[in-house]
Amino acid sequence: MYDIKALYEAISPEDAVSLLTEHPEAIIIAGGSDVLIKIREGRLAGKELVSIYGLDELRGVTKEEDGTIRIGSLTSFSHIHRDPIVKKHIAVLSEAVNMVGSPQVRAIGTIGGNTCNGVTSADSASTLCALDAIVEILGPDGKRTVPLTEFYAGPGRVHLKHNEIQTAILIPKESYTGYKGCYIKYGMRNAMEIATTGCSVNVKLSQDKKTIRDIRIGYGVAAPVPIRARNAEEEIRGCSVCPETIEQCGEAVLKDVTPRDSWRAAKDFRLHLCSTLAKRALTEAIKRAGGEI
Amino acid sequence: MANEKVNVIPEEERQYKLVRCTINGKKRQTMVDVRASLTDMLRNDYSLTSVKKGCEVGECGACTVLIDGEAFDSCIYLAIWADGKEIVTLEGLAGPDGELSDIQKAFIEESAIQCGFCSPGFMVSAKEILDSGVLYTDDELKKLLSGHLCRCTGYENIFRAVKKTMYARLGKKLEE
Amino acid sequence: MLIGKSLPRVDAYDKATGRTKYTDDLCGKDALIVKIMHAEITHGFVKSIDTSEAEKIPGVVKVVTCFDVPDLPFPTAGHPWSTDPSHQDIADRHLLTKHVRLYGDDIAAVIAEDEVSAMRGVRALKAEYEELPFVLDAREAMKEGAPVIHEEFPDNVLKHTSIRKGNYEEAIKEPGLVKVEGWYDTPTVQHCHIENHICYAYEENGRIVVVSSTQIPHIVRRVCGQALGVEWGKIRVIKPYIGGGFGNKQDVLYEPLCAYLTTQVGGRCVKIDNTREETFNNTRVRHAILSHIISWVRPDGTFAARKVEMFSNQGAYASHGHSIVAKGMGAFPQLYPCENVEADSYTVYTNRQTAGAMRSYGMAQAGFGVESHTDDICRKMGFDPIAFRKQNLMPVGYVDAFSKNELYADTFNQVMEKGMAYIDYERKRKEYANQTGDIRRGIGMAVLWYNTAVWPISLETAGCRMVLNQDGSVQVQVGDTEIGQGADTAFSQMTAETLGISFEKVHVVSCQDTDITPFGTGAYASRQTYVAGMAIRDCAEQLKEKILRKAYEYTRMQPYLCDIIDDNIVRVTDGRVLMSLASLAEHSVYDLDRSNHLTMEVTTQTKSNAYSFGCCFAEVEVDIPMCKVKLLNIINVHDCGRLINPALAEAQVHGGMSMGIGYALSEKMLYDPKSGRLLNNNLLDYKLSTFMDHPHLEAQFVENPEPTSAYGTKALGEPPVVPVAPAIRNAVLMATGVAFDELPMNPHNLFRRFREEGLI
Repeated sequence: MYDIKALYEAISPEDAVSLLTEHPEAIIIAGGSDVLIKIREGRLAGKELVSIYGLDELRGVTKEEDGTIRIGSLTSFSHIHRDPIVKKHIAVLSEAVNMVGSPQVRAIGTIGGNTCNGVTSADSASTLCALDAIVEILGPDGKRTVPLTEFYAGPGRVHLKHNEIQTAILIPKESYTGYKGCYIKYGMRNAMEIATTGCSVNVKLSQDKKTIRDIRIGYGVAAPVPIRARNAEEEIRGCSVCPETIEQCGEAVLKDVTPRDSWRAAKDFRLHLCSTLAKRALTEAIKRAGGEI
Repeated sequence: MANEKVNVIPEEERQYKLVRCTINGKKRQTMVDVRASLTDMLRNDYSLTSVKKGCEVGECGACTVLIDGEAFDSCIYLAIWADGKEIVTLEGLAGPDGELSDIQKAFIEESAIQCGFCSPGFMVSAKEILDSGVLYTDDELKKLLSGHLCRCTGYENIFRAVKKTMYARLGKKLEE
Repeated sequence: MLIGKSLPRVDAYDKATGRTKYTDDLCGKDALIVKIMHAEITHGFVKSIDTSEAEKIPGVVKVVTCFDVPDLPFPTAGHPWSTDPSHQDIADRHLLTKHVRLYGDDIAAVIAEDEVSAMRGVRALKAEYEELPFVLDAREAMKEGAPVIHEEFPDNVLKHTSIRKGNYEEAIKEPGLVKVEGWYDTPTVQHCHIENHICYAYEENGRIVVVSSTQIPHIVRRVCGQALGVEWGKIRVIKPYIGGGFGNKQDVLYEPLCAYLTTQVGGRCVKIDNTREETFNNTRVRHAILSHIISWVRPDGTFAARKVEMFSNQGAYASHGHSIVAKGMGAFPQLYPCENVEADSYTVYTNRQTAGAMRSYGMAQAGFGVESHTDDICRKMGFDPIAFRKQNLMPVGYVDAFSKNELYADTFNQVMEKGMAYIDYERKRKEYANQTGDIRRGIGMAVLWYNTAVWPISLETAGCRMVLNQDGSVQVQVGDTEIGQGADTAFSQMTAETLGISFEKVHVVSCQDTDITPFGTGAYASRQTYVAGMAIRDCAEQLKEKILRKAYEYTRMQPYLCDIIDDNIVRVTDGRVLMSLASLAEHSVYDLDRSNHLTMEVTTQTKSNAYSFGCCFAEVEVDIPMCKVKLLNIINVHDCGRLINPALAEAQVHGGMSMGIGYALSEKMLYDPKSGRLLNNNLLDYKLSTFMDHPHLEAQFVENPEPTSAYGTKALGEPPVVPVAPAIRNAVLMATGVAFDELPMNPHNLFRRFREEGLI
């Protein structure tokens, strides 16, 4: 039994916005795999909740006319993992969400929750950052969009007003066309794990597969929020596909990442991992893009 | 002697909701405290005590049930969300006359049960996995079962039991 | 022949259908819920607790604080009681404590109508503390000026014992000796049974009934009596099926508090259902033990002298105390006999979680030290690890002077041969020599030694009752407990075997109820098939004699001419079936002239013990830049005498290996050095192995029946844990040349060591 003061079930996204407006203290609960745990711990005990879990209109993956892939915010990780559109166009996302916690957690966990809780270790976030994902938000004044990288406000905080809900994650066509990616989650064991560090690399190779035409590197737990390694991307873009480039990338990312010491892992270990994972993820992404390394 | 301090919870402060769902094939409905987890509802309102509590935060898998065919940790699922859903617990695996399902038989035959506390959750997840009709590799099977912790078996015989049932269902011979 | 058959578990059907009832499944829904207030300091005194706000919360029935409970210190270890005060366990516990000795110590309890009210009540309590400095490390706690955790132990040393053999100081003067020295450290780890500890209590007819998830119901009764100052007979403890214990539930946990709290609410039922966090924080853990080992080795590979010092981190309360490290130390001079030995062990109070019994009881720690050190010697001196062990291990015919345990067969060679054959040891050892590159493989091994049961250190006694039903079936009841290991099934096989009846005709009474069940101390020390086996054999033989004497009245055949075979009374001289046991049983009860209820009850004391042996071989792949060890292959080979049920024995070994793998590679309780708080008190941050962290676990056996045992069997429950971590450690050493002397070999540790060694 959870210590919940009151629970309001939204019947539509607009209703969720109104309920939040009516109950200024209320918290949004989507899948609940974060909120319920915090209630149990006492951190969110005795609060009012607005449940949006029942809003099936926020579930599912579709491809819009302009090629944008729209992922409803309540789509579970297990559904994203299995989704044919995701598998075909952004296989790296299918791979990344399949590393969240456990099968049962992937069934309840939603991509909206994973990004709205603002945590740096979110398995979907680094990959979404590396895909230039856009967040769609519904508020009293209608919809707005914001790039995911700008959505984060700080550890555990996102730019979402109290009476706004996230409705979708959008991946523009140009972000995935011609790219291949690889996500490596580093954990202390092989399942039921929170990422020590996660690295997601997307590459686009030249026609002859000899040159890296574009590269996007996303990280989790390499900074207070999920980040892009822009310096490294700049440095590696245009480089030839060769072992030296891989090594260079492993070095370059160190200019972007700022992991901290915590009991979950020491800073120097995380720095080592940032570099190692970049090299391995880049190598694998190149292979998936048809390059030889 | 009158009790000077009657410290009971006022009924009007409690919030209930009618939850109608199918549990193990039967249509059921009951008023549920909105604060209840699905584990609470299944154990307390329906006496389905195969649904075990091991961590209550979705880490051990002992409370696993199927909701519309997918395995969920019922401890981190609000009971009110079960409205309109189809729920299966371990009690729903055996036939009405007590005939064990192939999964349960395999767990017995392969000595996959020791203390028995994680077993219900494992068998429920196994049902989802095996009902898919897919022939999984060993690594895939392990990943699909990795939402359950077990301290007795080292997972070895559980793996054997699930794999054996998968092969049997697909009419394939299992090479030792 | 039922011994040696892989029969299905007697509880399999119920467990497979989910109808098996565990403690929480039996508790009435009207039970009051208890939530405990855990101190928010690591060491100090509670000055006051303001309960006023909590008492106002709707649903809160009563608040009990450390200032309210009786001042009756009690021990908690699941040991047989000793009538000799000098051998009694240390009584250093109170139901709730004013002196906080670990972060989260129990200082108050809120009894409420439901869980939410109880939790709100706990959050509304306000405690004031006087804080004291704390100490988490055993050797720090031994230093002059360290914080004193129990006034009765001003140096924090709960106990120090020694072994002296020969003359170490003289022996090391022998010319040509090579000194090999190492410090081997093991972490504090937790049992992680999937069912948290849970109990509930109520009063009935002026007595207190406690239903608990415990391994040791009769001991729980005694300790509840001691803690409450109530006559032991006024306490009744019931043990239903339990969701794993692994030694944690071989301790008295929250039963005394629960028993006390029911008396504070007029005997209403109260339930204490621990959260997972409480299981980590407030139940028991495995002792972290640091072993300092020095060996003086002759160039021919024999030992001239050896020395060990062991420092055992007891945590805040005595629990099983010094018994654990003492058992580990005892292994040292026996496994590799040496003429000159000095051994010292210290059990030291600290402000960590209280350490108690955990599967393999000190031997996992000692095994890591001793067997890591064995490979360190081999590496330093160029010996082959197998040949060196064969040369130095306890020889056939070895007898321990204290326990009188004897190595009867050529067990060590037999188990090692099996392990080597399975893992293709010789070939891979050659193949993996001199590797370079980022990813390297290695192979390693370790052996183990284990005692069965606790004699002669403590009492070994077991009660057994058998009742012949009117249909020729038999109820068998022992005080020793089913905790998931399959004891009930083994007991049934033993009963059927000795009585001559079929397995299906044995009805084992699984639940222990101290009002009804014969006395038995419970599941620990891998003792039950040995010790309860003695009582079962004794009881079954006497019952059989009684049955055959009764049969004379109907068959006129002397008992010595008859036997019970396949559920019939058979004349052995010609094999003729005289009557069925069912017919005899029915007539015996309903006989209008001489009605007899054929029952038997015995108490059997055991004054022997038995060595159990085994080994582990492990093959690993180490990814150096990723700081990861992947276990590729692993096998444990055991000689636990005759197997009662091979399939269940194999399953026991799997579980032990799994626990050993976690111990080797991932499990460790982490502390905040600033606050002393346990950081990873949940199953996400505490890294026990998941389904994806194991390769195939191979379990094999060598069966040399134990001559002292009723059914030829001996310890198996705990031994499988022991050799796993050192075998994996030795494999990593072979792969990388890096010796890991601290467990676990998790990525943090690998990163640190690979950096130190310049590999990354």
